[in-house]
Amino acid sequence: MAQKETMTVNMGPQHPSTHGVLRLIIELDGEIIEKITPHIGYLHRGIEKLSEHRTYHQTLPLTDRMDYLAPMSNNLGYVLAVEKLLGLEVPERAQTVRVITAELTRLKSHLVWLACHALDIGAMTVFLYCFREREKVMSIYEKLSGARMTSNYYRVGGLSADVYAGFEKDVQEILDTFPAHFDTYEGLLTKNTIWLQRTIGNGVISAEDAIDAGITGPALRGSGVDWDLRRDNPYSGYDKYDFKVPVGEKCDTYDRYKVRLVEMREAVKIIDQALKSLKPGPVLAAEPQVCYPPKENVYNSIEGLIHHFKLASEGFAVPEGEVYQSVEAPKGELGYYIVSDGSTKPYRMRVRPPSFVNLSAIERMAKGAMIADLVAVIGTLDIVLGEIDR
Amino acid sequence: MADNNRAVIKLKERFAADIVDVKEFRGEVTVTVKKENIVAICNYLKAELAYNLLTDVTAVDYLGQEPRFLVVYNMYSIANKDRLRVKAQVCESAPEIDSVVGLWSSADWLEREVVDLFGITFKNHPDLRRILMTEDWVGYPLRKDYPLQGPDREPYKGRLS
Repeated sequence: MAQKETMTVNMGPQHPSTHGVLRLIIELDGEIIEKITPHIGYLHRGIEKLSEHRTYHQTLPLTDRMDYLAPMSNNLGYVLAVEKLLGLEVPERAQTVRVITAELTRLKSHLVWLACHALDIGAMTVFLYCFREREKVMSIYEKLSGARMTSNYYRVGGLSADVYAGFEKDVQEILDTFPAHFDTYEGLLTKNTIWLQRTIGNGVISAEDAIDAGITGPALRGSGVDWDLRRDNPYSGYDKYDFKVPVGEKCDTYDRYKVRLVEMREAVKIIDQALKSLKPGPVLAAEPQVCYPPKENVYNSIEGLIHHFKLASEGFAVPEGEVYQSVEAPKGELGYYIVSDGSTKPYRMRVRPPSFVNLSAIERMAKGAMIADLVAVIGTLDIVLGEIDR
Repeated sequence: MADNNRAVIKLKERFAADIVDVKEFRGEVTVTVKKENIVAICNYLKAELAYNLLTDVTAVDYLGQEPRFLVVYNMYSIANKDRLRVKAQVCESAPEIDSVVGLWSSADWLEREVVDLFGITFKNHPDLRRILMTEDWVGYPLRKDYPLQGPDREPYKGRLS
C-alpha cells in the first residue's frame, strides 16, 4: 500500500510575499496545501494597553501606526468613536475634508495592494506605476500634516488645521489624471493571460463562508455580498455622496481584483463630489472643553496658552459609557470599541482590525490549492501586519 | 429606545432569566447576560434574528468589581443593517465561558486573543494557543493589574507613569 507523506514548510516571517512579518507553517502533500498554521504577533506593540495610560488625544497618534498604509482611515474611526462618546457635532467643512482625505487614503492603500499583489504574481511594471501614483497622494499627506505616513491630521472635533492653499488644485490633479492611470493598470492586467490564469478560480470563498469567517470589506464584496458601511451605516456625511458599491460573482481572486479597481474609480467620484461641495467655514467644533484653541491665540495671549497647555497635559473628560464605531477602511470594517469611566483616559480601547479577521480565513481559502497560489491568496486578502498585531 | 429594539423584545421573551441589564447609550443597545446560556442566546440571535456577522469578541477587566470580567460580543445583521452588543459576566474565580466558534468561525481567532491577553478560557474552543504573545509568556497583558512596563521592570517614572 502506498504511504502518504506530508512535508512541512516554513514561510516567513521574513519573506517578501507575506507583506510584513507573517509566518505560515504549511503542510504540503506534494505541491498541494493541506494545512496552514499562521503565526502572528511579531509586531505586537500593545497599542490597546498603551491607550489606557494616555489621554484621548495622546492615543490618536498610536492609531496611525496600525494600518500604516491607510493611517487616515484609522484616525477617522478613532475620532468618530470619541466624538460619539462626547456627543460632539463636527463642522461640515471638517467632515468634507475628512471624506476627501479618507478616500485619498483608500486610493493610496489600494495602490499598494495592487502593486504588491501584481508583483507577487510576477507583474513588475504595475508595481512601479502604482508607487509612482501613490507618491502624489503622499505629497498631499505631507503638505497637510507634515508627515508622509503617520499623518495624525484629524482631531477630536474636527481637524488639526485647515487645508493648505492649493489643496484643491492638488486634489483636482489627482482626479484628472488617476482614471487614465487605472486604465493603464487594467490594460496591463485585466485581459492578461498570465494574470487570468493565476487569479481566476484562486482563493474561492462563498458568500456564506465569508460572512461566517467574519471577512469584511472588498474581500467580502468580491464574494457577492452587497454591503458597504459607507452606504449602509453612513458616517461623516457619506450619505450625501452618490457612489456605486461593486460586488463580485465568482468569489475568486480575480473578482476581488475587479471590485477593488472599481472601488478606486468610485473613490475618485466621491472625492470629486466632496471637493465640489467644499465650502469655507470652521474646521474645529466650537467646544473649548475638548478642542484646542486656534494657534494665534496660543502664541499671542496668556489665556490661549493656558488653555492649550491644560488640554495637552490633562486632556478632556469624557462621559461614562461605551460605544462601538466602525468605518469602511480600505481593508474592511475597522471598529473602535471604547469604554469610558468618565476620566480623561480610555478605560478600555479595543480595535477591531479587519486584516486580523480576514487573515483567519486563509486556510479555508487556500486549502487544496498549489503552494505557488498561496502568495496570490495572501495578496488578495490585502493584509497589513501592523494592524493584525497592533 | 432600548425597549423597542427588536432583539431586546425577543430576548426578554425567551431568555428573561438570563438578562441582567439592558442599556442604550448614543443609540447603541447593550444587553448584559449571565454566561451560562451564552451559546443558546447567540444561537437564537443568529438563527432567528439574523445577526449573521460576528464582528468582534473582546473583554473588559473591571478590577475590584464582581464579576470582574465582561466578555463583549459585537454582532451585526447584514440583512437589517443593525448592531447589537451582548456582554457576558465572567467572575474572577472561574474565568471561563462557552465558546461560540460553533456558530461563527470568526470567533476562533478573536477568542484566542481574549485568552491570550485576558486569561479567560473558552470551553469547547478547538485551538487555545496564545496568538499575539509568545507561547511561553507568563501573565495576561490586558488585565488591569498587569503593569504597563512589563512584569519585571522598574516602572517608568516619566510621562506615562
